[in-house]
Amino acid sequence: MDGKEERVQSAAAFKSYMLKNSTKSNLNLYDHLTRLLTKLMDEQPQNPVDVIEDISSDVKRGLLEEMQSTLQDLPETTADVELAKQQRLLFTRPKDVDHEEELVETPLPNVSELSFYLEQAGVGLGREEMQRIFLALKQLVESQLLLQCRLWGKILGTENSYIVAEAVVEGDDHSIDEPAEEEEREADTQENEIDQLPQSTYKPLSVVPKEATGTGANKFVYYVCNEPGLPWVKLPSVSPAQITAARQIRKIFTGKLDTPIVSYPPFPGNEANYLRAQIARISAGTQVSPQGFYQVLEEEGDEEDEVSQSNYEPNPDFEGIPAAEMAESLSNWVHHVQHILLQGRCTWVNLAVKPGEESNEEGEADEKEEEPDEPEPEVGPPMFTPISQDAEMFNTPPWSLSLSSTLTSQHAVAVLRSNLWPGAYAYACGKKFDNIYIGWGLKYTGGGYTPPVLPLPQKEYPSVPEITEALDPSLEEEQTLKEALEEQQAVREEMEATEEEEEEDD
Amino acid sequence: MDSNSLYYSLELVAGSGHILTLEQRTALESSLVLLKKNYKFSRVLFWGKILGINGVYFIAQGRGEDEMKDKKNLYSLNCMDWFLLPPASDSMIEEVSKATKGRFMGDPSFVYEHQEIHRQGKGNEPVNEKAVITVTEEKRLAVSVHQIDAEVSVVPRGAFIKSPRGLVQLNRSFCGLSEAEARKLDNFLHFRQSKNKKKSALDMGDWNPAMDYLDALSDDIPKGSWSLQFEFARKVCVLRSLLWFGLTFYHVPMTPQHGYIYIGDGTKNLDLPFML
Repeated sequence: MDGKEERVQSAAAFKSYMLKNSTKSNLNLYDHLTRLLTKLMDEQPQNPVDVIEDISSDVKRGLLEEMQSTLQDLPETTADVELAKQQRLLFTRPKDVDHEEELVETPLPNVSELSFYLEQAGVGLGREEMQRIFLALKQLVESQLLLQCRLWGKILGTENSYIVAEAVVEGDDHSIDEPAEEEEREADTQENEIDQLPQSTYKPLSVVPKEATGTGANKFVYYVCNEPGLPWVKLPSVSPAQITAARQIRKIFTGKLDTPIVSYPPFPGNEANYLRAQIARISAGTQVSPQGFYQVLEEEGDEEDEVSQSNYEPNPDFEGIPAAEMAESLSNWVHHVQHILLQGRCTWVNLAVKPGEESNEEGEADEKEEEPDEPEPEVGPPMFTPISQDAEMFNTPPWSLSLSSTLTSQHAVAVLRSNLWPGAYAYACGKKFDNIYIGWGLKYTGGGYTPPVLPLPQKEYPSVPEITEALDPSLEEEQTLKEALEEQQAVREEMEATEEEEEEDD
Repeated sequence: MDSNSLYYSLELVAGSGHILTLEQRTALESSLVLLKKNYKFSRVLFWGKILGINGVYFIAQGRGEDEMKDKKNLYSLNCMDWFLLPPASDSMIEEVSKATKGRFMGDPSFVYEHQEIHRQGKGNEPVNEKAVITVTEEKRLAVSVHQIDAEVSVVPRGAFIKSPRGLVQLNRSFCGLSEAEARKLDNFLHFRQSKNKKKSALDMGDWNPAMDYLDALSDDIPKGSWSLQFEFARKVCVLRSLLWFGLTFYHVPMTPQHGYIYIGDGTKNLDLPFML
C-alpha cells in the first residue's frame, strides 16, 4: 500500500511540476505535451520520432496565432487575384459575332499549332502560357484591326518579361515620334572691329534618316505586353542611330518600358527603343524560311537604283521540302528579312550628297570645292540568301540543325537553332514553318564584351598667331632691339641726309 | 528537379523558353528510375541540359545520404544511356579554365588543346618549353556542372535541414514559404558549403542553426544578379540567374514544391557588370 501511495504521490508531484507555468512564456509543459500528443494522434505523420522537434515548435507557434485574431482580416487583393481578373477577360466572348466572320481567314496566327510544333523541338513556354498568349493575341487583333499578326516571341527581363507580337497595321501612319530636331543655328555675327571668338570647328555627324513605316527595319509594327491579359503597348519605330548604338552596348532588359538606358555610347532613347532595336536586329539575323516558301513580289516600274526586294509573298507553288532534307543541310533555309547594314538601315542612304551640288555644272574646275570622297555604298546580301553562307563568328558555326526525334524520324520536325542569338529557333515540317525567339535579347559575343573606347578630346581651337602665347621679351632683348632700331634710324637719317645733299647738288 | 516531380514541374520552369519534348520526358521517367536503382541513390534529380553546337547533353544528379556531399553527376546524349562524370577536382578545374574556350561541341570525346609556353632557364638563354594541355569535353562538362552547382544552385530556406549529426537532409515538414517570404531574396539560399563571414547580431534575428547554415542569395555580388518574378499567372515564384543564363528555380509558395534546372549553353556570363 505504501509503495502504491508513494508512486501516486510522486506522480502527482511530477504532474504539478509539469503544470507550473513557465515564467517566460506562460505555458506549461503538461498542456504542451497534451496538445503535442493530440496533434500526433490526429495527423499520424511518418517517422514521428525524426520530426518531433519541428512539430513541437509548430504547436507552440500555433498558440501565438490564436491569441491575435481579435481584429477582422480584410482579405488583401494579392497580385495573382488582380491578374486573374484581367485574364478572365480573355475568356469572354462577345455575343454579337457572326459565326461566318470567324470562318474567314483571320490574321490571328494559329498559336496552338505553333506551340505543338515547338514542343516537338523542345522550345516553348508551356501549354497553359501559350494558350493564354493565344487569347491575348486574339484580343490584340480585334482591338487594333490588324492586317497580319504573328507571335514573335518572348524577351526575358529582370523584373518582368515581354511577350512580343509582330503585326502589320491597317493604314500607314507616319506618326511623328520624335520632335523635329532641326535647330537653326544663329550665327554669331559680331562686328568685325571686335575680334571674333574662335568658332568651333565641330560638325556633328549628320543624322541618318529613319526608314518609313512599312519598309526595311520598320517593316512590321511590334506590340508588347508583360503578361497575357494585360494591355498591349505599341513600340515606336526604330531609327538607324538606335540600331548602331544597340550594336555597341550590352544591357539586360528590366521589364519596364520607360526605364532609361544608361550606357556608353549613350543610347538615344529608353528601354522601349532599345527593345525595338534588338527586335529589329534579331529579326534581321534569325528569321529564316525554307527555300522557295517566299518569292519576291513583282512590282512595276522598278528603277535600277532602288530594287525593292523587301516585298515578298508566300509562293503558291511551294511544295514543301521533307523534314529530313531540311535537317541535313543549311542551304535549304533562306533569310527572308533584309539584312541591316552598318549604317543602321536596310537601304543605304548617301549622306554626303549636299543639296547645292546639282548646280555645279557651271562651276569651273578651280572653283569647285573639294568634295569629300564619295562613301562607298553599303550593300547587304540579297534577299533569300541561304543561311549556309552566314559568316562564322568566334569560331562557332552560326546555326545548329537537328531533327526533333531520332526514334520516330518519319514524323519528325526539322529544328534550327541559332548560335549567334541564343534563343532563336525555327522549325519546318513539310509545308509549315515558323520562327520564334525566347531569350534575353542579347547576342553571343564570344565571351568578353569590351565597351568602346572614348574618343580623343577635341583640340580646342586652331593655333593662330594672334592667339598663340609668346614669352614677353626680357630686358636684355628689349635693349638689344632698341639699339638695333636706333642704329637703323641713324642709318636712315644718314641716307636721307646724303640724298638731300645729292638733290641739292643737282 | 526531383525525378518524381518531373511531369508537372517542367511546365513551371517553361517560362525561360526551354522545355523537354514529350519523347524526352517519357524516356527520362523510365531511365531515371533505373538509374536510381542501379546506383543506389536515395534521390535522383534531373539537373538539366547543356546545349552544344552539334549535340545536347542531358545531365542527371543522384543524391546519397548527405544531400550536399554525396552527389554524383551523370550525363547522357539520348536520355536513356547514362555515363558517370568524374568529380571535379581543383586541378581539373584549373586545366579546364585554361584550355577551353567558346561553346560546348556536343561530342564528349572532343579534345580541347591549349599550348602554354613556359620560359625556363636562367641567364641569357631562356628556353621555351611548350606544354600542351588537353582537356576532353567530358571533363569540361564535369567542371561546368560542378561550377554551376557551386555558384547558382538555389533552395528555399527551410527546405533542407542539418541534422545534429551534421548531415544535410530533406526537411519533411517543410510546408513552403509564404507569399510575402517568397518575394524576398534572402529567403533563398545557395546549396553549397557556406562561404560567408559571420553576420552581425542584428541580422541574426530569425536565425535557426538547422536552417541557416547556407548563404542567402541576397548577399551575392553583384547585386541584381538574380531576377525574381512571379510567373504562371503570378502563382509560382521563379528565380533566374543572370550569371549563368539558363538556370531557373521555381517554388510554389505555401507548398513544398521547389526545384531548379539548368538549360543553357554552359558558359558563364562574364559581362554581367556591364549589363546591369
